[in-house]
Amino acid sequence: MEGSLASDADEPTRRDFLTLAGPAFFAVGGAMTVWPFVHQMNPDAGALALASVEVDLAPVEEGQAITIMWRGKPVFIRHRTKKEIDEARDVKLTNLPDPQSDTARTKAGHEKWLVLVGICTHLGCIPKGQSLGDVKGDYEGWFCPCHGSHYDNSGRIRKGPAPRNLEVPPYQFQSDTQIKIG
Amino acid sequence: MSSHEDTYEPKGRVSKWMDERLPIARMMHGQFVDFPTPRNLNYLWTFGGILTFCLVVQIASGIVLAMHYIPAESMAFDSVQHIKRDVNYGWLIQPLHAVGASMFFIAVYIHIFRGLYYGSYKEPREVLWILGVLIFLVMMATGFLGYTLPWGQMSFWGVTVITNLFSSLDEVIPGLGTAVVTWLWGGYSVSGATLTRFFSLHYLLPFVLCGLVALHIWALHVAGQNNPTGLDIKTKSDSLPMSPYAVSKDLFALSVFIMLFAWFVFFAPDYLGHADNYIPANALVTPAHIVPEWYFLPFYAILRAIPSKLGGVIAMFGAIAVLAFVPWLDTSRVRSARYRPYFKWFFWLFAFTCLALGYLGSLPAEGIYVMWARIFTAYYFAFFLLVMPFLSLWETPTQMPGSISEAVLGKGSK
Ligand code: HEM
Ligand code: FES
Repeated sequence: MEGSLASDADEPTRRDFLTLAGPAFFAVGGAMTVWPFVHQMNPDAGALALASVEVDLAPVEEGQAITIMWRGKPVFIRHRTKKEIDEARDVKLTNLPDPQSDTARTKAGHEKWLVLVGICTHLGCIPKGQSLGDVKGDYEGWFCPCHGSHYDNSGRIRKGPAPRNLEVPPYQFQSDTQIKIG
Repeated sequence: MSSHEDTYEPKGRVSKWMDERLPIARMMHGQFVDFPTPRNLNYLWTFGGILTFCLVVQIASGIVLAMHYIPAESMAFDSVQHIKRDVNYGWLIQPLHAVGASMFFIAVYIHIFRGLYYGSYKEPREVLWILGVLIFLVMMATGFLGYTLPWGQMSFWGVTVITNLFSSLDEVIPGLGTAVVTWLWGGYSVSGATLTRFFSLHYLLPFVLCGLVALHIWALHVAGQNNPTGLDIKTKSDSLPMSPYAVSKDLFALSVFIMLFAWFVFFAPDYLGHADNYIPANALVTPAHIVPEWYFLPFYAILRAIPSKLGGVIAMFGAIAVLAFVPWLDTSRVRSARYRPYFKWFFWLFAFTCLALGYLGSLPAEGIYVMWARIFTAYYFAFFLLVMPFLSLWETPTQMPGSISEAVLGKGSK
């Protein structure tokens, strides 16, 4: 081949440039084409648009709990009693697998309201504990029957395979009895 | 492909004309009629053909189901009930598909254990074996995706739990797991978007399987079949042409298999399923006891045996991945367990372990069951990582026959 002459080997030629640039264009172009095919599977505009809901808390009596849907997930809202709040606060953080204080999980001035994504952080089942007759687990909060995770009345994991506390969704108080989630 | 006699004679003008242009009939004749098979194959060697039959049944019945099925959140459940009740012969074709998946797995498990017992993964069949492991993986993916489609409670919560396995990646790189799961779901929870993509992939993967099966059979016909003695074919008298000998044995075994299959389809179509799947999917209520299909139970037991989320996921996938390394993990030069006095017992203990894990996977993960699941999980891995590499260091194989013919006909025969 002509290209293998000694004199050509010393200096880069147009052919060297083309043999590098060609594959480089294919690689970059290929990667750019793959992205739409990957990204199409992410949540679409419709799913993103449903991303916030407003909830009226007025009808929820002390000791009661309600479940509402946010982004296709259940959100637990519990109106806690004084006793429950005290219990949640008295727990030593060193006793918790995922240490977090009760105050960090509620809004200042609204500590009686506990708002949680009602999805077990293990593998996504919905823990029991919202209805009056439900088993609430060893810590009076929620119990996930799938693989036995016990949550306390601050929604913190206490026992079982779940690695983290029940998630607190982003939410704001719009008034004393109304919140906006998301 | 291994060389052997070619007895193909095109008869008639059309076959002669074709033979000179695309000798496909000659190739098929060479591979499936003349092909030399060891003369001592037992019934465990009929499951390859049975598996091919299963794949054809799944595709044929699946294409029919797809003509009537509606992959939409609000209609999927009803459309499957509509297939079972209203579509002409839907009462037959839907159970053929649902029971067919179970029959497929029964056959594949027998096929895999056959390979493990007779050392079919050893040189020169490593690639053949690895293709088999890939087929098993794609089959599991297909079965899992398909089980989503009827959109009952077990479908919905099974998908939720299994896709959430990937969220354990959060423990490696925070946020990664959540991103992967959201991407798989196409939303923030399992929803209609998830159902539609699973249907698309469920339709795709069986055709990927066809490709893998073709490579698997190709690799088989390069290396030739193993046999109960594990000895190679050395002389002509060690083998028989595939047709009619092996073929008639295959067809007999297939008929028996079809009887069992038909018994389930006609008399117990729901026996292998779960009653909860007759309740439409409900994102607000988790069934009290979530269990996967029976064919995933041993792996599910391993997942739950490990007390850490990420650890459980790694163990579960590791339990499948380890199969791919078996050709190099097993250091014995003797193929067949028939001549390995100790390996034989370790093998049967392993088979028992898999059954036990399957049973434990169906029970709640509590108390004593968890402890047993841990013990059996430990042995599952020990079989591959300790018994296979080290047993051969001190095991003395028993006396082997000189050849396949000698094993069948006794000494003095050639
Ligand atoms: C390896 C091959 C396959 C396996 C293991 C498999 C497995 C499954 C399983 C376990 C189900 C759930 C059945 C139930 O519980 O009711 C299912 C459903 C379904 N499959 Fe497949 N399948 C395979 C091939 C195919 C193919 C090739 C198609 C389409 C061309 C298909 C179309 C469907 C449809 C439409 C459903 C929903 C209706 C129903 O639930 O019966 N499948 N499949
Ligand atoms: S999903 Fe809740 S304990 Fe596993």
